[in-house]
Amino acid sequence: MMQQKPSDPLSQGSRQTQAFLQTRNRRDRTARKAFFGITLIPVFLIIVITCLLVIRAWPILSSQPLADLLLGEVWKPTNEQFGFLPFILGTLWVTLVGVILAVPACLLVAIYLAEYARRSTRTIAKPVLDLLAAIPSVVYGVWGLLVIVPFVDDILGPFFHRWLGFVPVFSVTQPTGFGIFAGGIVLAVMIAPLIIAVTFEVLSTVPDELRQASLSLGATRWQTISKVVLPRVLPGIIAAVVLGASRALGETMAVLMVVGNVPSIPTSIFDTAYPLAALIANNFGEMMSIPLYDAALLSAALLLLVIIMVFNILSTFVLQRILGKARI
Amino acid sequence: MKKNPFAKRHIIETCMKVIMLASLILVTGTLGLILWTIIKNGIPAMSWEMLTQVPKGGFYMGKEGGILNAIIGSLYLAGGGTVLALVCSLPIALYLKAYLGESKWGSYVRLALDVLWGIPTIVYGAFGFAIMVSLGLRASLLAGIIVLALIELPIMTRAMDEVISRMPLEVEQAALAVGSTRLEVALRVVTRQMLPGIITAVLLAFGRGIGDAASVLFTAGYTDRIVTSLFRPTASLPLAVFFQLGSPFPEVRARGYAAAFILTVIVLIVSFGARLLSSRLGKYTIK
Amino acid sequence: MEPHIQVKDLNAFYGKQHVLKNINIEIPRNKITVIMGPSGCGKSTLLKTFNRFFELTEYTRLTGNVLIDGQDIYNRDVDVTEVRKVVGLLAQRPAVLPMSIFDNVAYGMNIHNMKKDRNKTREAVQHYLEIAGLWEEVHTRLHDPATGLSIGQQQRLCLARGLAVEPEIILGDEPTSALDPISSQNIEKRLIELKKDYTIVIVTHTLRQAKRLADHVIYMYLGEVAETNSAPEIFTNPKHERTKQYLDGIF
Repeated sequence: MMQQKPSDPLSQGSRQTQAFLQTRNRRDRTARKAFFGITLIPVFLIIVITCLLVIRAWPILSSQPLADLLLGEVWKPTNEQFGFLPFILGTLWVTLVGVILAVPACLLVAIYLAEYARRSTRTIAKPVLDLLAAIPSVVYGVWGLLVIVPFVDDILGPFFHRWLGFVPVFSVTQPTGFGIFAGGIVLAVMIAPLIIAVTFEVLSTVPDELRQASLSLGATRWQTISKVVLPRVLPGIIAAVVLGASRALGETMAVLMVVGNVPSIPTSIFDTAYPLAALIANNFGEMMSIPLYDAALLSAALLLLVIIMVFNILSTFVLQRILGKARI
Repeated sequence: MKKNPFAKRHIIETCMKVIMLASLILVTGTLGLILWTIIKNGIPAMSWEMLTQVPKGGFYMGKEGGILNAIIGSLYLAGGGTVLALVCSLPIALYLKAYLGESKWGSYVRLALDVLWGIPTIVYGAFGFAIMVSLGLRASLLAGIIVLALIELPIMTRAMDEVISRMPLEVEQAALAVGSTRLEVALRVVTRQMLPGIITAVLLAFGRGIGDAASVLFTAGYTDRIVTSLFRPTASLPLAVFFQLGSPFPEVRARGYAAAFILTVIVLIVSFGARLLSSRLGKYTIK
Repeated sequence: MEPHIQVKDLNAFYGKQHVLKNINIEIPRNKITVIMGPSGCGKSTLLKTFNRFFELTEYTRLTGNVLIDGQDIYNRDVDVTEVRKVVGLLAQRPAVLPMSIFDNVAYGMNIHNMKKDRNKTREAVQHYLEIAGLWEEVHTRLHDPATGLSIGQQQRLCLARGLAVEPEIILGDEPTSALDPISSQNIEKRLIELKKDYTIVIVTHTLRQAKRLADHVIYMYLGEVAETNSAPEIFTNPKHERTKQYLDGIF
């Protein structure tokens, strides 16, 4: 530090600046600690949510072996019988139908937007997808009730019954349009924006030079896509589908409104079903009145949580590697 | 030598293009169909009373009243939840930008946020309910706000993180070059440069929050009155739709459609508003 | 001898930008033609009109004719993938496909269904790798990923790959600018050997390389052809002011 006379205006200024600099650095360090604390919140939340659910579900998890709970077919809470199998199967059936319906169209749309479409088409497609993603679940449920359920009832059911009724999976045994097929259709539309968006991002990581190399040899666009682009990003596309499936597993309200909510083991896509999420939503009212009922419902929530977290983490890992950073 | 053959690969190319376009039309058409259904059923049920009155006696049997309780309740719920989420989201997003960047802890935080984003809202609702039961609390506006905040947190933070990580490096380096601390850069420069993006993230989260039913189902309860205290239950638009759609009375069902219509309109306005704002706002931002 | 490529009144636009102005040139058969000029003069753009890569960019427009062996390749009846089979492109940075070395070379043949069976394909792959001067180095690891090759080897692989579809014309868009001097030399040697069987058009920004390779030169400036002549003529006796300045190293 330079020695200067106290009355020197320059030294007064520099001392003030130095003092101020120390304050700013102190503020920076304090803020750094405080902010760091805040970033612990997300991890903290995951741990708290999981633990609390385990604690509240413990009474039932400890009372019976896990296999009995997961594979039990009888659900009679008043008899202390909590077999989750119908609900697990219900969830799986609806999710599977939803994913199977969504994936082909979504992949095609994403490929079209990434490989063929002009900028003007993309600028129109983006708000459409954003809007579809923003529509609330209950609104999808209303649409499902008013449009899809009658559609399944009046058109799809008779059609399948007539031409494919010999296949057990397509047999029509109950007279309403409510059921897995309706739920699957609604789910397919709900997860479409997600699958399309992630697939599009993944396709965009392929450098243009690669496409040009193929085109310069006289390949058509589709040959380039199928032989060069798609094989390269296949893991990413699978991750996109898994992400969509995990979203479908947890979707509650829209499915609840169209799927029928009857706890039986499904054998056909036209059967009604009772997914886990719907089980939780429908019975929160009785939770406290029947012993162990709340533990049972919360263990259903725990089951959903665990499965979805696993799907989510796996696909996020794959996508982070492909996309190079946290995705949208 | 260079004619236009009907070679196999050209046929495949044309077929694929047709299928792709058809899929695109299918997706777009479905959006149109959904909006059309909501409008077609919602508008006939709309009336001035619907927007300005609470359910009166006999409402659920088709008599007078409206869904003002649900409208106000939803605005309180989503508004409170969004503000609460913002208080946590912005610091996290800024911290990620300022200090974490490419660090390992940063990627863990981002992973945690991705996981939180993927947790279905029914699980958040069940979690909230489990806490309420443990503490002996009853359904209330506050409980709903807290659960919505939990749901909106990952949505908002991810959206902000996306936007903030696109900030042009020159702006940040210019600020650092004149000797700012990282905190100052975060507080003064990033927020102003990224303000449109931040607002868009907030609006996006608000839109998702106001439409969610599974989370408030257990935690906020339902009531026919306009809520006046944080500790009392409140109605909400998603639940208004859900509960009234199951009624045997067509007049009551019609009110469910009206609620769905209002909810959709709110979400559309918020969505478009976010888009417009982010392109208009930004007097201080550098393009 | 008839010129292999004829360009008549070609004008090209990127949106409103007029990037190629009234081009009228001829590319002679079985010779190396070099297109030279300062940065931004349109040489790569002109090259890309020969294999119809120009239209891959959005908002592009083109008027005039490009004739190969008398056929206008922009005619509506013409199959663009056939054009690209006849006119091959060696890009500036080697873009190997994400497959094995063998599959890279065989890719073009598979797309066009050129070989009846696997044996013919294997013979062809070996043949073209030999021509490209790569066979000795890779014949023991044909099924290893092509990304494991050095950049010089990758460019030779791209050459083999391009030759495998049996083009008549080879375009090179600064094909050695990403390579080290030895690999560059290697590629140049190959091109000189190839010209007896193919017509070659190269874009380069290195005067020395042009002097080494060119039989024929097209000098461009600001989207127009300033001068075109045989190589000895242009290098010793340039007629245009701009050409003289370029050759003197002013640009």
